Amino acid sequence: MAVPVVEDWLNACSGCEISILNIGDPLLDLLPLLQFTHMTALVDHKFFGQLGDKTVMEIPEATVAIVSGGVRNEEHKHELQEIRKKAKFLVALGSCAAYGGVPAQANMWKNEEVFEKVFRHCVTTEPSPDPKDPSVPLWTPTCQAVDEVVKVDITIPGCPPHPDWIAEALTALLEGKTAWKLPERSVCDTCPVIREKKSGGGPVKRWLQNLEFNPEEGLDKMRCINEQGLLCMGPVTLAGCAGKTGVPRCIQARTPCRGCFGPIRKGANPMVDMISSLSSVGLDPKSLVDRRAMMNRYIGGHGLLRPLPARPVR
Amino acid sequence: MAKVINIQPVTRIEGHAKVAIYLDDAGNVTDTRFHVQTLRGFEKFCEGRPVEEMPRIVCHICGICPWAHHLASSKAGDALFGVTPPPAAVKLRRLMQSIAYVSDKILHFFFLAAPDFVIGPDADYSVRNVIGIVQAAPEIAKQVVHYRHLGAKLLENFAGRAIHPTFSLPGGVSKPMTEKERQEMLPAAKELLEFSKFTMKFAKENVFPKYLDAIKKIGVIKVGYLGTVTADGALDFYDGKLRLMDSDGAYEDFAYDQYVDFLGEHVEPWSYQKFPYAKKWGKLNLDLANPTGVYRTNTLARINVADKMATPLAQAELEEFRAAFGRPAHLTLLYHYARLIEMLQAAEHAVELLEDKEITDPNIRVKIEPREGHGVGCVEAPRGTLIHDYTCDKDGLITSVNLIVGTTHNNAALNLSVNQAAKEFIKEGKYDQGILNKVEMAVRAYDP
Repeated sequence: MAVPVVEDWLNACSGCEISILNIGDPLLDLLPLLQFTHMTALVDHKFFGQLGDKTVMEIPEATVAIVSGGVRNEEHKHELQEIRKKAKFLVALGSCAAYGGVPAQANMWKNEEVFEKVFRHCVTTEPSPDPKDPSVPLWTPTCQAVDEVVKVDITIPGCPPHPDWIAEALTALLEGKTAWKLPERSVCDTCPVIREKKSGGGPVKRWLQNLEFNPEEGLDKMRCINEQGLLCMGPVTLAGCAGKTGVPRCIQARTPCRGCFGPIRKGANPMVDMISSLSSVGLDPKSLVDRRAMMNRYIGGHGLLRPLPARPVR
Repeated sequence: MAKVINIQPVTRIEGHAKVAIYLDDAGNVTDTRFHVQTLRGFEKFCEGRPVEEMPRIVCHICGICPWAHHLASSKAGDALFGVTPPPAAVKLRRLMQSIAYVSDKILHFFFLAAPDFVIGPDADYSVRNVIGIVQAAPEIAKQVVHYRHLGAKLLENFAGRAIHPTFSLPGGVSKPMTEKERQEMLPAAKELLEFSKFTMKFAKENVFPKYLDAIKKIGVIKVGYLGTVTADGALDFYDGKLRLMDSDGAYEDFAYDQYVDFLGEHVEPWSYQKFPYAKKWGKLNLDLANPTGVYRTNTLARINVADKMATPLAQAELEEFRAAFGRPAHLTLLYHYARLIEMLQAAEHAVELLEDKEITDPNIRVKIEPREGHGVGCVEAPRGTLIHDYTCDKDGLITSVNLIVGTTHNNAALNLSVNQAAKEFIKEGKYDQGILNKVEMAVRAYDP
């Protein structure tokens, strides 16, 4: 008997849904076990009746609800609350749902400042009032993670989450196991690079030229990125981006980690931990350009990013 | 009695949209709206970010076409810092884009659009989806899942990530391709080409002929087109000049940084998504009988503005397409046909790039020096031209961003097509879920 599943995206980019498809060939074995009663990406169920004549949002009952994206407007919030009411288990899929994600960078400004730029200060845009028609949902005061609005049962972080974890968490749920989470390890714990616990010291270098490595050799022959003097968020980021096998995916591209899986433990403050991590290899954390946004790139919900108080006029 | 039909959400598209159809007392359509309900604010929250970080921030605009945003942003960074990436870097960027294109075309054609054609536009909604296709045509479904994923795996194995890449950045790319990697990827790219050929044949034999009538009715409008062509007029996804063609086929070409002279963006109170329009054609007017300023992007637009395709198999298909539908071809459902012609070009281009040993040249990035400046980077995303326009201060930190991306260009046209389809099919209060799905089919053609 297939399990009824509701899936939808809120303030999202569709990358999480593509990651579901990236389960690949095993997806065909998983699909018959899941009955998607609502999934905007793939299935034609409508919220207001198939003839569009109902006035109340109808979400089907579901054993499992999967939600990607954070909460950015009143409609996201309402839909999420309705989904929660109908679902036995709620899965927050991806780092927008888990932490607010990249769009929560907007939390560094007041909403009116964002609208002022978007609708009145873009070079090709006819300066216009904010769209305020009732059909356009109002922004919530901040961009939030899903668990700031409703109770979440399982969180699968990542931007996007690796298909291995999506498949594993869904399979666990289908087997009746309702607790699933990634082990609390850091990206560094799964990264094969050479570490000597020291760098050349001095300011944190910008990413203006490539890392030093021999492309013919594996990552186990490349020096740690922090020790090369650049910011890599590996020390404070939850491991798992490469799935069950494989090395951290940004490192594989010979690029630094930016923390897309979020903090290793719930409630940790990666910025504080990363500052001490940089200091521990002899780098000057204060020299890092755009530090606050850089270190909170995927986790600006939960109040971690907010507008700074206006600077005093000199 | 007058009423409103709310199609919410529009399904088998990417993102949050709804369609409202307004009926008068007699049950005839008086007006329609295609609403986009989400706004994230990238143009604001990119302010203050280092330019070299931008390609891995703006890719998050779209999880289906992250490579396109990633590359447009890298190119804006190249322009800002006044650098030319080494030839191998450009080839690697093109290769990643081409492979991502093939996966994207498979996704749209088979997962999102095909249920309307293979299961049928009027079929019950509960089976009119990819899961229905898995049951109705399991062998094809198996191949579709396999080859879409093959493209994603190729990207991931080489560049670390298929979704939200980090590989390209101002000045070039982060790692070179080894000879071993080239030899491993080439046969897989050839498989993608074979599957692209199969898809075109499958569609021409089993899909398009059955729906000639629908093609002539659903979402039909006559407007202009925007796309990218090389100096000699061939369609190019990665680089070239922009070409804006009017509905009769006359066109003007312009460089990326001149886009502000050609395009404007109108704002309506009922949509977060703006309405780009060709400002040289007058003010935007969404009157179905006489629209002005409206142009379209995405597959059909590119096929229309290009004098020719860049690869032989795609060119042969274009010739056949033009013989049947002319240039410019206006029928909206032809977007699907054009999508498969482009899929061939992307697959042929990927093979061509991997057969070129120069792609393994280790010189893949020039060093950049932060400086004050302004740069515009464009590529063709699957859904249309991306315009990334950045200004930065002397430290290379972003001070201003303007973005006109993919589906946003099509907002006005989407509204017109929805209006046309609703008026074509809904009369005297008679409609059912199949008819409402046909209105959505007008939307899906644009793959928004």
